[in-house]
Amino acid sequence: MSPGLYIAQQIINGVSLGSLYALVAIGLSLVFGILRMTNFAHGDMMMVGAFGALTLGAAGVPFELALLGGIAIGALTGVIVERVAYRPVRGAADVTLLLTSLAVTYILENLGILLFTSSPHDFPIPEWLDSSYEFSDGQITFTQVNVLTVVLTGISLSLLGWFVTRTDMGLGMRAAAEDMQAANLVGLDVNKLIVVAFALASGFAGLAGVLWAAQAGVVEPSMGFTPLLKAFVAAIIGGFGSIAGALLGGYLLGALEVFIVAFLPSELSPYRDAIVFSLLIAFLLFRPYGLLRTTREVKL
Amino acid sequence: MSNPPPLAPPLLAIEDLRVDYGAVRAVHGVSLHVAAGEVVALLGANGAGKSTILRTISGLLRPRAGQVQLDGAPIHRLPPARIVRLGIAHSPEGRRVFGNLTVAENLRLGATSRPDRDKVPADRERMYDLFPILRERMHQVAGTLSGGEQQMLALARALMAAPRLLLLDEPSLGIAPLIVRSIFATLGELKRQGTTMLLVEQNINVALGLADRAYVLRTGEVSLTGSATELRDNYERVAEAYLGARQ
Repeated sequence: MSPGLYIAQQIINGVSLGSLYALVAIGLSLVFGILRMTNFAHGDMMMVGAFGALTLGAAGVPFELALLGGIAIGALTGVIVERVAYRPVRGAADVTLLLTSLAVTYILENLGILLFTSSPHDFPIPEWLDSSYEFSDGQITFTQVNVLTVVLTGISLSLLGWFVTRTDMGLGMRAAAEDMQAANLVGLDVNKLIVVAFALASGFAGLAGVLWAAQAGVVEPSMGFTPLLKAFVAAIIGGFGSIAGALLGGYLLGALEVFIVAFLPSELSPYRDAIVFSLLIAFLLFRPYGLLRTTREVKL
Repeated sequence: MSNPPPLAPPLLAIEDLRVDYGAVRAVHGVSLHVAAGEVVALLGANGAGKSTILRTISGLLRPRAGQVQLDGAPIHRLPPARIVRLGIAHSPEGRRVFGNLTVAENLRLGATSRPDRDKVPADRERMYDLFPILRERMHQVAGTLSGGEQQMLALARALMAAPRLLLLDEPSLGIAPLIVRSIFATLGELKRQGTTMLLVEQNINVALGLADRAYVLRTGEVSLTGSATELRDNYERVAEAYLGARQ
């Protein structure tokens, strides 16, 4: 197999994985940006979205609609969690919010176990999705799920880009992320902006959950945990709280993980996650504001 | 040198206001009023409670006791967004422009609270006429502006709400004297056009040059009040009220 085609194949794999990381990392960053809170329950919105789509699919809803349903169920769960769990403790010490989000994680995952048991469920995908494109005699392959992932990520991110640069509400969300009090003083309804941030973030997570399940072929209540950790690393690399940073970090991390396995000696492959988390530590030590975020002190 | 209180309720009236910052009593028992069309200055040393009063009017802080009234109706329990919609805009201390957004986007957000969307473009043009440098920097990110330009933007952003009362917190702070003069010339122009302002300033001279009346605060209480002319002619009394030096 020619090295050029091999590299091209790895880039395809990296972009596909990176898209999922970017979708989840952007949600983490949206919420962190506006609330200064690391939402550990964010990964569970993937699980909720995936199980939502699974349930709809089992009820006979076509996959395309079940996918939209998964996004909507993820978004709705995010909004409910914000209202019920986070809003009452807003303004409390940072560690309170952090612990609350851990509690929400346990509640959602155990709810998942209660409803669906802890064993993995098959995630059926329609025939058109269960195929792949092959080029150069099968030396380059991308599955239909890869294509769908990249396309849907592209559409979602374009919509988000339009929202945060062209609409009053999107601009307001960026303003509130930068300076909550000043946002209050220009008359922005910060509560509404926070709800919208949670809806967007959780909707993205729901989408990522459905796509993740479609790639893996299975769903289980704990499925959100690993992607959450990876998205956390991606968000830190890019600059926590920055949307563009989360995007960049997501794709960099996806590419890095694929390349570690593809290009380093195979004895190193088992250390993939160790290398990734070492990178996280290195960033926290030497560039805690990430690649894109500039240091700015917030004066209160 | 007291002012007889007007018969109709003034635009803004504060009665016996008490505000705490945690365990610290920042404001204890301040009463003041601002009539429509008036420019009133709040003077006093650092920590006298001036900014605390403005932040309480805007709803960022809740008073422990006392009232803030707009047109005679209490507003001190309303959230900040409601207070902006009632017509009070606040240009905060330290400018607080949105540094990641452009000048034009900052102005756009200043107008989000308005119901009369159709008048917004004309007002934006007015701001660019008032501060031509902002027109030049329209598409520039606000974080890259100089301190003086940011102050102009903060002022323009507040004016984009078409407020009935403009709260100004230290518009001269950390800005070159030449720019301060230009900003206060613009404020004078706004005053002639009938804008009502409550101005917090440490720079007594510029403040009394603009204001009709002033209150001097010392450690959270009004220590002196009078017309700007009277206060300008009694500089020693102002300094005394400021610093608390008594004979």
